[in-house]
Amino acid sequence: MDRKVVVPGDLLSDDAKRSGEGTFVKDGRVYSLLYGLANYRDKINVIPLAGKYIPAPGDNVIGVVKDITFSNWIVDINSPYDGLLHISEFPKRIESEEMSKYLRIGSSIMTRVKDVDPTMKVELTLNDRKLGLIKTGQVVEISHTRVPRLIGKGGSMISMLKKEVNCNIFVGQNGRIWINGGAEDMDLALRTITLIEKEAHTNGLTDRIVDFLKKEKGTRS
Amino acid sequence: MIAMDENDISFFKDGLRLDGRRADQLRPVKIEVGVLARADGSCYIEMGGNKVIAAVYGPREVHPRHLQEVTRAIVRYRYNMASFSVEERKRPGPDRRSYELSKVSRESLEPVILTSYFPRSVIDVFVEVLQADAGTRTAGINAAAVALADAGIPMKSMISSCAAGKVADTIVLDPMKEEDNFGQADLPIAMNPSGEITLMQMDGGLSREEFHQAVEMAMKGCRDIYEIQRKALVEKYSQLEAPAEEVKACE
Repeated sequence: MDRKVVVPGDLLSDDAKRSGEGTFVKDGRVYSLLYGLANYRDKINVIPLAGKYIPAPGDNVIGVVKDITFSNWIVDINSPYDGLLHISEFPKRIESEEMSKYLRIGSSIMTRVKDVDPTMKVELTLNDRKLGLIKTGQVVEISHTRVPRLIGKGGSMISMLKKEVNCNIFVGQNGRIWINGGAEDMDLALRTITLIEKEAHTNGLTDRIVDFLKKEKGTRS
Repeated sequence: MIAMDENDISFFKDGLRLDGRRADQLRPVKIEVGVLARADGSCYIEMGGNKVIAAVYGPREVHPRHLQEVTRAIVRYRYNMASFSVEERKRPGPDRRSYELSKVSRESLEPVILTSYFPRSVIDVFVEVLQADAGTRTAGINAAAVALADAGIPMKSMISSCAAGKVADTIVLDPMKEEDNFGQADLPIAMNPSGEITLMQMDGGLSREEFHQAVEMAMKGCRDIYEIQRKALVEKYSQLEAPAEEVKACE
């Protein structure tokens, strides 16, 4: 894979059509917007090495309820913008007075971004079987820029990880990850995720993670 | 003893400046990226005797709320000199000078930041001068630009900053303290690598020809500093890569 560290303003290509994420076009040339890794495929994308999570519709995220208003739960989604979970987006019909019975301040939820408007009002939903309150397991936080690497191409990394460590894993695009399983399995999953985060920008990562898991499992049995 | 009479000081000795530089030579520049763990982006810079640290936080929620802009992020820049940064203790806290420098420095960086990407938020830049030796605003801008990149904030380009001055009727690059205090002019500029100037101030007097010469010289200095900024950012990544290879070797 052809990758290179770039800084904002670096010239990436003379072909304006190759402008991808993290780039901009000026006078028919493509320049980098970010400090990160440039990926030269059909399109040139620049993957940032740091930055805050900016919600986009359809993202699965893990949030923590931080306030309750008349008809909304205000949810911290590890972003400059708070999420709003409206009472009608709860899978069951509930009354306004009973909101804190279902989700209290401090509750962690797996949720999805339903819509984001131009003023960055973020609407969340719980209307899916996969989504809901987190009752067991644990949540770890990594940089959201490492999430694509944790998921892998077409989900290859995450499905391998789920199978190998025998855990249920829910990856939030905001960098929060829920793991549920046996105590030892969870510990291994945790260490693997930390390793992936640390080495997210290196090549051939999936193979190295497979080796790491094999070795870890070998010492355990 | 510092001779206070202007005529007594010789700024040049055998064609070289008091610190041994040529007229068009920068002081040594050292840049370190990501020095603060709690900041989203940070940078430490040494430009000659200047020691400056910059921290970037954000984009994050705006407090107080009334400063919020619905369509874009606001940028706040705080330039501050530590009380121990100069020979005579500086009274701590903002003063007229640091308010002005905060404003012009913010305006030198704002044009390249894509504020429209983050409506209703703020990008905070804090610049602390730990040791001053003339040209702290330029050092602060250089550090802030690197810290902004390190924080992953989208920018159209980097910004580099450098000053030119006039001492003993000669145009010099990057004046140090003696030249700044007893010189005839000081002209700090900031620009992006393609030569678009975002900051220009002048103190003292220059003729038209001298001015052109000084701007040319400062722009060349900015280009050299840009290369150092770029190198520092690229090297931070190579450092990250090193431990990965160690792991590989163990297996």
